[in-house]
Amino acid sequence: MEIQMQYYLVVSTVMFFAGVYGFVTRRNLIAILLSIELILNAVNINFAVFNRYLFPGQMEGLFFSIFSIAIAAAETAVAIAIIVNIYRNMKNIEVKNLDELKD
Amino acid sequence: MSAMDYSNFLVMKEELSLVAVMVILLLYDVFGSKKSLRYFQPVACILFAVHTLLHVVPSAADASFGGMYQYTPMIGVLKTILNIGTLIVLMQASEWLRSESTIHKRGEFVFLLLSTLLGMYFMISAGNFLFFYIGLETASIPLATLVAFDKFKSKSAEAGAKYILNAVFASGLSLYGLSLIYGTTGTLYFEDIPAAITGAPLQIMAFVFFVVGLFFKMSLVPFHQWTPDVYEGAPTAVTSYLSVISKGAAAFVLMTILIKVFAPIAAQWQGILYGVIIVTITLANLFAIRQKNLKRFLAYSSISQAGYIVLGIIGGSAMGMTSLVYYILVYMVSNLAAFGVIAAIENKTGKVTMEDYNGLYSTNPRLTLVMTLAMFSLAGIPPFAGFFSKFFIFAAAAEQGYYILVLIALINTIISLYYYLLVVKAMFINKSDAPIAAFRCDGAMRFSLSLCSAGIVLLGLLSVIYNQLSLLGYGM
Repeated sequence: MEIQMQYYLVVSTVMFFAGVYGFVTRRNLIAILLSIELILNAVNINFAVFNRYLFPGQMEGLFFSIFSIAIAAAETAVAIAIIVNIYRNMKNIEVKNLDELKD
Repeated sequence: MSAMDYSNFLVMKEELSLVAVMVILLLYDVFGSKKSLRYFQPVACILFAVHTLLHVVPSAADASFGGMYQYTPMIGVLKTILNIGTLIVLMQASEWLRSESTIHKRGEFVFLLLSTLLGMYFMISAGNFLFFYIGLETASIPLATLVAFDKFKSKSAEAGAKYILNAVFASGLSLYGLSLIYGTTGTLYFEDIPAAITGAPLQIMAFVFFVVGLFFKMSLVPFHQWTPDVYEGAPTAVTSYLSVISKGAAAFVLMTILIKVFAPIAAQWQGILYGVIIVTITLANLFAIRQKNLKRFLAYSSISQAGYIVLGIIGGSAMGMTSLVYYILVYMVSNLAAFGVIAAIENKTGKVTMEDYNGLYSTNPRLTLVMTLAMFSLAGIPPFAGFFSKFFIFAAAAEQGYYILVLIALINTIISLYYYLLVVKAMFINKSDAPIAAFRCDGAMRFSLSLCSAGIVLLGLLSVIYNQLSLLGYGM
């Protein structure tokens, strides 16, 4: 029995909105970064699934997923570097301590 | 499978020459002797100026890689505008880069700056969403490292974290929208998508997710919260780059994608833009009034300017595109003049608040004059260039029948006059016991400020510039 497309889409949608929720509510920079990774991976699932089920003749969706994985890795690397730098400057990575810049 | 056709790369002339400049500068930075590296910044500026001059005349429209890469004369003009802006930023950064804390990483600065520019080239030349996304990220990842460039200053680190997390979140939303667009249309090429757009609710939702990413890049309300913090925390050279180059490229891309890809649902996106323009201009103006830090003040000013830029997009007409590109050019010289003065004073004294500028006219009359020109131009006072750019962008929106929108924007222009003139008043009228002492900027800074001032005075009066641009514009 083949699994239908809808099941994959349910998973990716839940992942996406969990990521958005986490981005808004989490108070730790690493946790925020994790939430963003959830969003990006939900997108990758979407592209791969749409390609496999709806447009099996071509590879555009799969290629997009591959590029998006590579770019997400680069983004994470830079974000982690910046977070490490924050840790060196302030000795913790809680959002509530990032209050030097405000109105 | 046939071998790859490398002649495709020959269409990407500007990208190739930019990469050549980057590689030369990187090798120079790595292998140059300590003595020869004293000339690094002049060499970087001259090489980049040569690159700019090589492409100043736009060539004919072309495409390569099966339509993934697009070139039109208007795109060529926009790339030249971005080049000139980057050159000015490079010149204005030279004094800061020579300071003790940054001199060992000036090569990195130039390399990262040019990589973001390369990303923006890709972004504005894209004919496919994959290519567009790669360009967008090539532009925004190095920008995050530039924002966090002063790594021993906690303000800069904080700004860097805020920028990268918001940028990745926004591009994540954008990508989710793209994945749904792919799912409903089956293609990622700009040319093929419009035929498959039916205006189904799922597509409208996908479009909204997608467009949020670009709204973020342009810092339109309600996606603007990162802007003041990042502008204040980043090094001033990076702030000026963010506020003009990054924003200008994003504005042009937003327009091309809206008119090329989403033309079938124009009524929907025009409705969205209508609301966004009103909220952006009004809120940013109200917040700008109460700012004391000049970088923060210019951040809110740039948010409201972004609202005006979108006025050129909303009609989707050829005239809209012309006035948009013209507005970006004028906004660029005005904003870079203002940031140049701020950077010069910050380098010498470390002062960035409006009170510090009290009585500046008595000690530094020339800097005061440049700042005054910049403020007049940003506010849109005739006969400076800012007046003409606002006039054309209002005309483009009015031509499409957005009279009420133009009226609201006009009222906001009057409000903005108040806060721009506050800066002028501080410099000329307010008294200070200890005004900033008289000083002389370095040659590159003086040259760049004269260039900006000449632009502010001449760009509006030389009608040939707008006329030439109007031959290249295209709309829906």
